[in-house]
Amino acid sequence: MTPNNTTSTSITPPLWLLAEITYQCPLHCPYCSNPVNMEETFNELSTSDWERVLTQAREMGAVQLGFSGGEPLLRRDLEHLVAYARNLGFYTNLITSGIGMTEKRIAKLKKAGLDHIQLSFQSANAEVNDLIGNKRHSFEQKLKIAKLVKQYEYPMVLNFCITAQNIHEIEEVMALSTQLNADFVELATVQYYGWAYENRDHLLPTKAQLQHAESAVNRYRDAQSGGPKFIFVTPDYYEDRPKACMNGWGTTFLTVTPDGSALPCHSAKILPLTFPNVKNSSLRDIWHEDFSFNHFRGDNWMQSPCKGCNEKSKDFGGCRCQAYMLTGDMYKTDPVCSKSPDHHMMKSITDKAGSKASTALKYRYVERGIDIAVVDS
Amino acid sequence: MSEKFVRTPKLNTLFRLQFEHAQQCYVLLFPEGMIKLNPSAAEILTCIDGKKTDAEICELLRENFPDAPEDLEEDVREFLTHAEEKRWILYDA
Ligand code: SF4
Ligand code: SF4
Repeated sequence: MTPNNTTSTSITPPLWLLAEITYQCPLHCPYCSNPVNMEETFNELSTSDWERVLTQAREMGAVQLGFSGGEPLLRRDLEHLVAYARNLGFYTNLITSGIGMTEKRIAKLKKAGLDHIQLSFQSANAEVNDLIGNKRHSFEQKLKIAKLVKQYEYPMVLNFCITAQNIHEIEEVMALSTQLNADFVELATVQYYGWAYENRDHLLPTKAQLQHAESAVNRYRDAQSGGPKFIFVTPDYYEDRPKACMNGWGTTFLTVTPDGSALPCHSAKILPLTFPNVKNSSLRDIWHEDFSFNHFRGDNWMQSPCKGCNEKSKDFGGCRCQAYMLTGDMYKTDPVCSKSPDHHMMKSITDKAGSKASTALKYRYVERGIDIAVVDS
Repeated sequence: MSEKFVRTPKLNTLFRLQFEHAQQCYVLLFPEGMIKLNPSAAEILTCIDGKKTDAEICELLRENFPDAPEDLEEDVREFLTHAEEKRWILYDA
């Protein structure tokens, strides 16, 4: 029995598998989407566990595979897993900070069949970049890796996390991306999950900053002939409608975390639900039968105003994690929606953007933190 | 036949073409995305090998599908223009 009468046959396959192979990372970004409570870090799945997960996901129809983390390069079996996945027919994406990459590894990964590398930058400015990631010389390293990615003929996506700290340099970011010959560039305003939620008051840009950045992107696009494709992602805090979370809960995306938890989205672990583990069940059982995966499928779980809303097939009531984080009730309408009785919360949060946050900024792994006042002025 | 029609297309290396059993169709895979192809698009794209010209691709399709309607060439040409705009295929300058 499922709570919303979804029959097994109407469940679509998980086309996208996000393999978070490790939470370990040499960087300490204060907007990391990893859980704030990373106690599972040391209980990572083995190589053969991952082989089984990949095989089962592919059998179910998964075709896009993201190797992510943390920093996936820290797993020594990455090349092996890429080759294994590619052999099964996956399109393999590596989502990396570039720290720990070498020419030797980039060549090995190419040979293993890696299809694409997404490289993240913290800024277009060396000093700011190294401060945000809290690691010296990481900017230089990233530039070097970007050149190697193109030299080895990978499609290259650059991901810039946009925050109040770097939003004013969006033009430099676009110029740098063009110079590095990127294919796609995500100018992604940070979404407030994980560490970013903790640090939201520091990170959230003002509406004026966002509008300014957006028009800069449009101007740059208009003047472009060829060059990278820029994708500008705004935070939904300023919107009237929520995002269609994960294209619908349990419809398309499946995340497996370093310790083997299977999640409908990478943030879902914060919800008061018990999620299954790939060590104990097959992916097929998890996807089709598990209570947590069926819990928010369809719309029977909804309360008003979502329940009677004619837009519910568009946004599925918004993000469950966001509803839970902001209201404490995971069944509620995402407060981003102007129809939500909690929508006023958004204004009180966004009104504070641009003023000094009342708490200190927390780096991932607090004890390694350095004073960020330099970039937070 | 226009001059344009003797050019040789190749698949953009940004994309990977493959048959997906779970979806029973060809798909184009690219960084974090996928495009499902209809059968005729798939027939055309699978002919592209970086050696055959547009005209040769038409000939091959005509051989493989003798019952195809007369305006097959036109359809192929239209699709290739579309595919070039979408950057799925590239022509050497
Ligand atoms: S009320 Fe619910 S379903 Fe309707 S638009 Fe808002 S979030 Fe979407
Ligand atoms: S449940 Fe929420 S956090 Fe999770 S993916 Fe959806 S939008 Fe994102």
